[in-house]
Amino acid sequence: MGKNLSTFTSGLVKNNPTFVLVLGMCPTLATTSSAANGMGMGAATMFVLILSNIVISLIKNLIPDKVRIPAYIVVIASFVTVVQLLMQAYLPDLYNTLGVFIPLIVVNCIILGRAEAFASKNGVWASALDGAGIGLGFTLSLTLIGMVREILGNGQIFGMDLWQGGGALIFVLAPGAFIVLGYLMILFRKLTAKTK
Amino acid sequence: MVLVLFVICAVASAAVAYVSQITAEPIEQAKQQKVVAALKAVLPEFDNAPVAASVEGFEGAYYEAKLGDQTVGYAFESTSPNGFNGNVKLMVGFTADGTIVNIEVLEQAETPGLGTNMTVVDNPLLLSFKGKQAAEMNMTVKKDGGDVDALTAATISSRAYADAVARAYAAFKSVTTGVVEAYTSATQLKAQAEEGGAACGNCTKEEAKECGEGPHGKCHGNCKHQ
Repeated sequence: MGKNLSTFTSGLVKNNPTFVLVLGMCPTLATTSSAANGMGMGAATMFVLILSNIVISLIKNLIPDKVRIPAYIVVIASFVTVVQLLMQAYLPDLYNTLGVFIPLIVVNCIILGRAEAFASKNGVWASALDGAGIGLGFTLSLTLIGMVREILGNGQIFGMDLWQGGGALIFVLAPGAFIVLGYLMILFRKLTAKTK
Repeated sequence: MVLVLFVICAVASAAVAYVSQITAEPIEQAKQQKVVAALKAVLPEFDNAPVAASVEGFEGAYYEAKLGDQTVGYAFESTSPNGFNGNVKLMVGFTADGTIVNIEVLEQAETPGLGTNMTVVDNPLLLSFKGKQAAEMNMTVKKDGGDVDALTAATISSRAYADAVARAYAAFKSVTTGVVEAYTSATQLKAQAEEGGAACGNCTKEEAKECGEGPHGKCHGNCKHQ
């Protein structure tokens, strides 16, 4: 169990996809204009990541080495399409906000990266935990960036007013994403360095 | 090798096809619900089930709302292509006599925190239109000499919004009078005016240029020299 637990928690801190591995920057920067959007994107990615990790670890011995990347992509793309359809059907508002970034989960390097680096070498249970850990790490990071941007940019948190009159709009716009990500990364490194 | 890949693809596409089939109906319902919710928000009280209809000269659909046998209003799904980041699609509701009841934003991809304020409850843009008699309004932003309060730091988005409402009103006139009202957007008018003379229903651009000088009875409407 100890090993499983460390598999899970490594995705949160040691291998945090956003602040340490710095993977999947496109959705990170683009969808974190509010906390709810960041969380939605993170959750969708986590869902795909867990399922694709499970399936890939199940079929890893069946896939010839030469075609493993196309096979992974097919598996991932199928799950993304499933998520997209489900979201369109049952969460239309979130679907409208996230828009084009849902299909782009296919090319999120976190997912292919975990398939290649972890799921293709480990068992089903460990792969699922790894997907959950990395996915949760991604979700929390995106939510955090979204929260900071929403607070600084609009004076709101999850759509609720913290104070009247908004904030510095630049944090909601594209440059704000880079600025907030940079400072959060510094903070994250500083905090994790101390605990080592 | 090829066989394995083939099998994976076949299984994957079967799975996707299955999900697509079971979600087709909820997706359709979600879209339908959105339309009904928007109609309820922009129209006076009605008791029929408005169906989408189309009118010449207008791209979107429109809906006629009835209470009993009486037509109480019309709602128009109006799209302006002039948004800051693509289309701005609105549902604009009129009473039968042409008063704007309410406006709902159906689709927009404007800048978050600036242009997206058009979706906020009672934003200045919406308040400039809400409850006004459309015929008595100049549907351009104040910066362009009209009656519409623009959103702070989002003039382009505001223009697109006003443009979409103006398109809806042109369609409203087409529907209620039965005469097709050709819609020319404010930006088009401005460009034509700068070129010197505008083409209109009855005269070409060349004629429009001249019509201020000679007796050219046919020139009217958008002609610069009228």
